[in-house]
Amino acid sequence: MGRLTEPLQFTFMQTGLLAAVLVGVTCAVLGVYVVLRSMAFIGDALAHTILPGLVAAYLLGLNLLGGAVVAGIATALGIGWLSRRGTLREDTAIGVTFTGMFALGILLMSTANSFRDFSHMLFGNVLGIVPRDLVLISALALLVLVFLFLFHKELELTSFDPVHAKAMGLGADKVRYGLLVLLSLTVVAGIQAVGVVLISALLITPAAAASLVTNSLPRMMAISAAIAAFSGVAGLYASYFFDVASGAAIVLACTACFSVAYLVRVLQRGMSKTAG
Amino acid sequence: MRDPSLPYGHRRHAATIPGAPALAAKSVSAGYAGSAELALQEVSLKVPAGARIALVGPNGSGKSTLLKAVAGLFPVKGGEIRVYGNPVGACHHRVAYLPQRGEIDWRFPISLQRLVTTGRYVHLGWLKRPGRSDREIVSRTIDDLGLSPLAERQIGQLSGGQQQRALLARALVQEGDLLLLDEPLNAVDAGTRETISGVLSGLQQRGKTMVVATHDLESLASEFDGALYLREGREAEPGPGAFVGLPVGREAAWAG
Repeated sequence: MGRLTEPLQFTFMQTGLLAAVLVGVTCAVLGVYVVLRSMAFIGDALAHTILPGLVAAYLLGLNLLGGAVVAGIATALGIGWLSRRGTLREDTAIGVTFTGMFALGILLMSTANSFRDFSHMLFGNVLGIVPRDLVLISALALLVLVFLFLFHKELELTSFDPVHAKAMGLGADKVRYGLLVLLSLTVVAGIQAVGVVLISALLITPAAAASLVTNSLPRMMAISAAIAAFSGVAGLYASYFFDVASGAAIVLACTACFSVAYLVRVLQRGMSKTAG
Repeated sequence: MRDPSLPYGHRRHAATIPGAPALAAKSVSAGYAGSAELALQEVSLKVPAGARIALVGPNGSGKSTLLKAVAGLFPVKGGEIRVYGNPVGACHHRVAYLPQRGEIDWRFPISLQRLVTTGRYVHLGWLKRPGRSDREIVSRTIDDLGLSPLAERQIGQLSGGQQQRALLARALVQEGDLLLLDEPLNAVDAGTRETISGVLSGLQQRGKTMVVATHDLESLASEFDGALYLREGREAEPGPGAFVGLPVGREAAWAG
């Protein structure tokens, strides 16, 4: 027991654990919609497209999170605009936008003196989070969760039956854009924890694992959040005891949970087959 | 009926224009955006309040498109549609639309009861949650359609006939006056067919208006007041010996 509480005496571990759990839970709950609406690709794309926003803000000495939010929202609207009226297939529009923006980010990075400054954007550094960041992450998490709570019925309906929503005057586009903006905010909050490259794992993997073991939306959100919280803690402990990268450890903990959920699902299927 | 404080549509719910038919469509043309081909060409339809009208025609004849245009789901390129004398979209709460089964993601993790509850949303609008009266009408309607034992089941685990009854239940809890039903009897078993037919007759007795896309020619005379025949997006002449009933097509619509 002493060994398990040992890391908690360090402030950076306390802050890091809190941040990892907060970010993980937010991503995991929103991620349920990302998974159910087949938005995995756009989630990943949004994470990559905020890189130029982050880098530009850094180079100009502006607020990093502000730059990221602007880039994220611009991308969300841009993809919607490119694929409106079927000019381009949506996945094509996403592919074009996201690679272009990511390349722009890398190009901007290369104008700076040192690449090193940016490694925490790419790969995250949850142990470098200071209390001031924590306040911002908490605010974003709260905002996202409140939005999901208030607009639950509209999000749910437009996910499984956009036609019915439209028939009562509720345009699915409105909800979709709202969701994309939330997704940008969540991704921004998560960048410091696991970085641009791995953030979509936090969005997708816990929710995907939860979708394998339950048929109820609220339960799916709860299980997804629990997996993310557990993975945040487990990943940070692994990082502390084995001296490995924290972001990667958190994501791998999620992947391990997914594997267990997949196994449970396969066994359940097998059992119901022999029983029936 | 209470009005939502934050309705989904742009317009407030409009009042009926006195004396107007439930539905009047004049020379309506409609087609997919970006396509020159029209799915509907100058189709007219007049449905008096309280009538039960069939849309008859082969697949691709425009039945679904016409229903969708009336429900505000399909862009109209020409002509005019009036619902209770108002333009499409002004009476969302009075028009209940029953889609074909294929339009819904049945794998979504939602129970039959919640699916049916979405029929109440038009009366709730943004931010408001279903209250006790909403829950009551939902469980009563689920019971009427013999779905009570399945209320908590995930919608993908229902049979085709049960899914069809669930969609009908959702259209009913909306308490609309004009029901647009897109093939409610398609690919359902005999028991479900009987249940649904019984429900539709009951609705008509309560003064509801129905426009129903159907393949079933045999039940036309016994179950409907009139029929509009469609072929390749245009109004077609009924075949020899086919059911006619109340005139509802071009001539009726333009007679005033």
